[in-house]
Amino acid sequence: MILSFVEHEDGKPEDSSVEMLTLARDVAGQHDVPLEAVVFSAGEGVAEAVGAFGVETVHVVDHDGIRDYAPEAWAESVNQLVSELEPEAVLAPGSERGHEVLAHVASKRGLPMAANCLDVTAGEAYELTRQRWGGTLLENARLTGETKLLTVAPNEISTEQIADPNGATTREFQPTLADEDLRVGLVEIEESDEEGIPLGEARIVVSGGRGVGSAEEFDKLEELADLLDAAIGSSRAAVNEGWRSHDDQVGQTGAKISPTLYIPCGISGAVQHMVGCKGAENILAINTDPEAAIVDHADYAVIADLHEVVPALNEAIREQKDGA
Amino acid sequence: MNILTCLKRVPETGAKIVLTDDNQEIDTTNLGFTMSPHEECAIEEAVQIVEGQGGTATVLTLGSEEATEQVRTGIAMQADEGVLLETDGSEWGPRNIAGAIADFVRQRMERGDGFDLLLFGNESADTGNYQVGVRVANELDLPCITSIKDLEVTDDGVVARREIPRGSEVYELDLPAVVAVKEGLNEPRYASMRARMQARRQEVKRVTPERRHERGLEKLSLQSPEDDDGETDILGDSPDAVPAIMDVLETDLEVL
Ligand SMILES: Cc1cc2nc3c(=O)[nH]c(=O)nc-3n(C[C@H](O)[C@H](O)[C@H](O)COP(=O)(O)OP(=O)(O)OC[C@H]3O[C@@H](n4cnc5c(N)ncnc54)[C@H](O)[C@@H]3O)c2cc1C
Repeated sequence: MILSFVEHEDGKPEDSSVEMLTLARDVAGQHDVPLEAVVFSAGEGVAEAVGAFGVETVHVVDHDGIRDYAPEAWAESVNQLVSELEPEAVLAPGSERGHEVLAHVASKRGLPMAANCLDVTAGEAYELTRQRWGGTLLENARLTGETKLLTVAPNEISTEQIADPNGATTREFQPTLADEDLRVGLVEIEESDEEGIPLGEARIVVSGGRGVGSAEEFDKLEELADLLDAAIGSSRAAVNEGWRSHDDQVGQTGAKISPTLYIPCGISGAVQHMVGCKGAENILAINTDPEAAIVDHADYAVIADLHEVVPALNEAIREQKDGA
Repeated sequence: MNILTCLKRVPETGAKIVLTDDNQEIDTTNLGFTMSPHEECAIEEAVQIVEGQGGTATVLTLGSEEATEQVRTGIAMQADEGVLLETDGSEWGPRNIAGAIADFVRQRMERGDGFDLLLFGNESADTGNYQVGVRVANELDLPCITSIKDLEVTDDGVVARREIPRGSEVYELDLPAVVAVKEGLNEPRYASMRARMQARRQEVKRVTPERRHERGLEKLSLQSPEDDDGETDILGDSPDAVPAIMDVLETDLEVL
């Protein structure tokens, strides 16, 4: 069988988990074995939700100490389940928890782990493709080990439900946990008092780079963002200059965004920036350099000084809104 | 407090990644080298903690002689000590890297010269394996948390925060502990010219690490992802392009 680690919120699987299940089902099909899942704290409807993606059995880990996230205890639970079920492979989403839990499992079992995989040819060894450099480079690799451990790259796999789902059977699993397994756990959640549209959820993102020139000059971009109900993003260069906070940074070590429209102004389009915005449906670049990589990547481009174009655009949008 | 920060030397790729003819490596002929932004933040955090409450900040990397360049960057950022686990420069997998780091930490502990806090970048910029810190923690049986964007030393240990949409998760760990951090943790300082010059003269300790495992994840080849970039519609080369932009926003994209 293939075991999948599914993250869910009140029974609703996270997108990255559903993407992972789509690949996990493919792997199970290649082995001709069933797909099963492990979840922590049974949310209403989780069995039905994962059943729609081909999971036949859901192992619900039930233990008082770990209702909330506890990386080592969750990993130890998965580890014990792996010992019991002896799956061919364990797949987890390429999320923060997915990577963390599976890395612990790998370490406990002395096995290798392949992070952020895109596709797998299963066999005695697995031949797989995985992301390097946050997805700007791909690696074809061979994974060995008694149990193959892999995480699945987020936002890369188009999800697919099975034709006639029956829902999955639920089974409780009681791990045996020592105090030590419980030493690290989620203590509380602090809500941020940030206002405005979070970068990851914005439909439009107006973004600025080194070409903006100063923190003050970002005012023009802020105004454009206001007019478009957009969020503000930035390149790492603008963050390093101290013009923006790191919360705004788009890219390999910043936010990964997938808006309908991305408007990079004065951003050159380095690979580490582009992996953050490749999910954007449309890119409208404003840049003085026609040779800049961002112009190549864009759907629309204006080859001009952003300090002239952005205020003129703001004016035009304001007029249009006033006229309407 | 004695803090060890582990970092990795990686090529500073720009607008495009170019591979060698055999597709085994990035062609670095025309590239400089750097470390991941995550690790710059880790060093900054270590130095700030030590500046605040005393102790030592040690920076370590596993790699070839050339990787001393990145160790010295750490020293120029005011770390006290640099260590190179010296290899021939070939790619070591995460199990072997973690094993070598754990060996080093264990030796230091046995000498009574151990660390209270081990900091890692959350994932290396190049191979992105997401596991070296976790494996070191397991080898040394230390508590561990990853993906951390805020760290606070308290009387009892550390409070670490992980960002989630609209807030953060809070974790508390006793020391000694392993924490893997992400960029955004702090604003790393720029090392001054003078600090860089001084760092060049400081000794970097060398240790020969032991490679214990076979490769479990073996690289076969590298490839660039297909880019599905279509044509770019150039709307103009001056503010006169504004009507064309308005047209795109209103008609093509319907966002106005
Ligand atoms: C491991 C690693 C991780 C990284 N992670 C990230 C990341 O998460 N996000 C990120 O963004 N970067 C990241 N980087 C850095 C990245 O490689 C680039 O250095 C950075 O993206 C460059 O930012 P920029 O485009 O703003 O600056 P530049 O590359 O300097 O480009 C500025 C652009 O502005 C244009 N310009 C200048 N003046 C004007 C004007 N008046 N009007 C219009 N256009 C103008 C120029 O033509 C140029 O194209 C990372 C690097 C490494 C090594």
